[in-house]
Amino acid sequence: MPKQTKTMNLNFGPQHPAAHGVLRLILELDGEVVEKADPHIGLLHRGTEKLIEHKTYAQAVPYFDRLDYVAPMNQEHAFALAIEKILKIEVPIRAQYIRVMFCEIGRILSHLLNVTTQAMDVGALTPTLWGFEEREKLMGFYERVSGSRLHANYFRAGGVHKDLPIGLDKDINKFCNSFPKIIDDLETLLTDNRIFKQRNVDIGVVSKQDALDYSFSGVMLRGSGIAWDLRKSQPYDCYNNLDFKIPIGKNGDCYDRYLCRIEEMRESVKIIKQCLEQIPNGPIKTNDGKISPPTKKDIKESMEALIHHFKLFTEGYRVDKDEIYVAVEAPKGEFGVYLISDGSSKPYKCKIRAPGFAHLQAMDYLIKGHMLADVPAVLGSMDIVFGEVDR
Amino acid sequence: MKDLISLEKLINSELTTKINSSVIRHNELKLSIDGEDLHNVLLFIKNDSRVKFRQLIDITAVDYPESENRFKLIYFLLSHENNLRLNVEFFIKENDLVSSVTSIFPSANWMEREVFDMYGISFNDHPDLRRILTDYNFKGHPLRKDFPLTGHNEVRYNEENKKVIYEPVKLEQNYRNFDYESPWEGTKYVKEIIKK
Repeated sequence: MPKQTKTMNLNFGPQHPAAHGVLRLILELDGEVVEKADPHIGLLHRGTEKLIEHKTYAQAVPYFDRLDYVAPMNQEHAFALAIEKILKIEVPIRAQYIRVMFCEIGRILSHLLNVTTQAMDVGALTPTLWGFEEREKLMGFYERVSGSRLHANYFRAGGVHKDLPIGLDKDINKFCNSFPKIIDDLETLLTDNRIFKQRNVDIGVVSKQDALDYSFSGVMLRGSGIAWDLRKSQPYDCYNNLDFKIPIGKNGDCYDRYLCRIEEMRESVKIIKQCLEQIPNGPIKTNDGKISPPTKKDIKESMEALIHHFKLFTEGYRVDKDEIYVAVEAPKGEFGVYLISDGSSKPYKCKIRAPGFAHLQAMDYLIKGHMLADVPAVLGSMDIVFGEVDR
Repeated sequence: MKDLISLEKLINSELTTKINSSVIRHNELKLSIDGEDLHNVLLFIKNDSRVKFRQLIDITAVDYPESENRFKLIYFLLSHENNLRLNVEFFIKENDLVSSVTSIFPSANWMEREVFDMYGISFNDHPDLRRILTDYNFKGHPLRKDFPLTGHNEVRYNEENKKVIYEPVKLEQNYRNFDYESPWEGTKYVKEIIKK
C-alpha cells in the first residue's frame, strides 16, 4: 500500500502579531513544511481610491498619510508631484529641500520599524525598544512641523504647508549626529548575532529574474542585486543636488535585505545633513494665489486674497484635463500615483500603486518549501504595511 | 534605446498594424492598441533585446459610464535597463473578456484580480480569478462610477445574536455632493460641459 500523505491547513492571522497588521494567510502544511500560502488581504480596505474621487485635491492629501502609515509624507510626495506636473507649478527650492528632508526622515521611520520588528519576529526584543525610542524623536519632528505625529497632511501641490519652526533644523542636526551611533548599537545586536543569522540567511531568496517578474521594487529589488533607485534613476525634487549611495545586496535573502535597510538609514542621515547644509531661505510654497492659500495677514488686507481663500477652501483648485503616472521611491519601494483629472476640482480617478501589494503577492513563491517558523521572517523582510496593501 | 522618441519609432516600425496610436507625454510613451493584440504587444516589448520592458508595474482600469466602450484598461511597464516608462492602453465594452497576461508577467495575477474586484472586468485564462480587496460575499464593483460612495451594506456587531451582522446602509444624513459651478475669473482652466 502506498504511503499516504495528508496536508494540514493552518490559518495564520488575521490577528497575529507577526502578520504586521491584518493578514489572513492560509497555509497548507506538510508537517512543518509550507506547501502553499494563500494570503487573503483586504481586511483593512477603506476604499481610498473611491473616496479620493469624491474629494477635492487638497482634501485628498490626508488619505495618503493613511496608506503606508509608518512613512506618511513619502506618499503625499507622490500625489503632490503628480498635481504639480499637470499644473506645471514650479516648487520653490526651500520647499523641495524640506520635502526631501522629511521624506528621508520617513524612510528612517519605516526602516527602523521594519528592521526592529523583523528582529522581534525572529526572537530579539531589545532592538525594538531601542529603535522605537529613536522613532519617537523623529515623530516629534513630524509633530513640530505639521502638528501631528503620524498623519501629517503637510505636503501641498506647490510646496509644503508651513515653514520649519525656529530651532527645528538644529534639533534635526543634533539627531543626525547622534543617530549613526544608534544604528551601530542595533548592528552589534543583530548583524553578527548567531540566532538572527540562522533565522535570516538563505531564507526567502529572490533571484534577479524573479524580482523583476514579480514586480518587486525598493529594497526587495536591491537586495537581489539590481541597482535601481528612483531617487537616482528618475530624480525628483532636489535629489539631483544630493550625494548619496544606493546599497545593494548580493544573495537576495532576508539577511541581505536587512543589511540594505541598515545601510539606507545611514545614507538617509547623510541626505538629511546635506539638506540642512544646503537649504536656502525663501518661500515654501508657490505664490500662485489660485493654488496655494493666502496668509492670514493677506486675508485681512486684500479682497482678492479673501476671495482666493474662500474659493480654495470651498471649491478647491481646478486641475486641467490630463493623465499622469508619477512614482517616488518610498521606503518600501516604488509608490506610484496614476491621476486622471478632468478639469474639475476633483480627480476623475486616482490609482495608487502600492509596493507592498506586489511584494505580498509573491508570498506563495517565497515561502514554498520553507518551514512554518520562516513565515514571520519572510513576511517581516518584505516590509508589509497593510494600510498600503489594502488601500 | 535610450530615449522615448527612438523607442516610439522602433515600436511603430516593428508592430506597425498593432499600434493604433502612440504619444509621448510626461516622460512616458503611451501606446493605444486593440484588446486582442495585447499578448503580442506585451511579448514583444518584454522580450525584444532593444526594448526590454521587463517589469509590469501595475494594471488598472478607468470607468467611462457614458461612452460605448465603457472601460479603459492600462498596463504600466518599466524598463530598468533603459530607464524608460511605457503604458499600453485599450478600450473594452462592459461585458468584454480580456485575456490574462499572467503567463507573461506572473505579477499580473493580483493586479488582474484587483481590476476584476473593483470594476467587474473578467479575464480569460486567469489561474485564480477571485475578489481580492473587498469582503467575502461582497456584491458590486466599488470603483465603477455608478457604485455609491457609501456602499450598500454596513457591518456591525449584534449584541443580541452575539455575532457580526450585515445590514443595508442607514445614514442619518444623506451624503451631499456639493457642486461648485462657478466662473472663476483669470484661470486658463476650461471646465468641460458634461452631458447628463
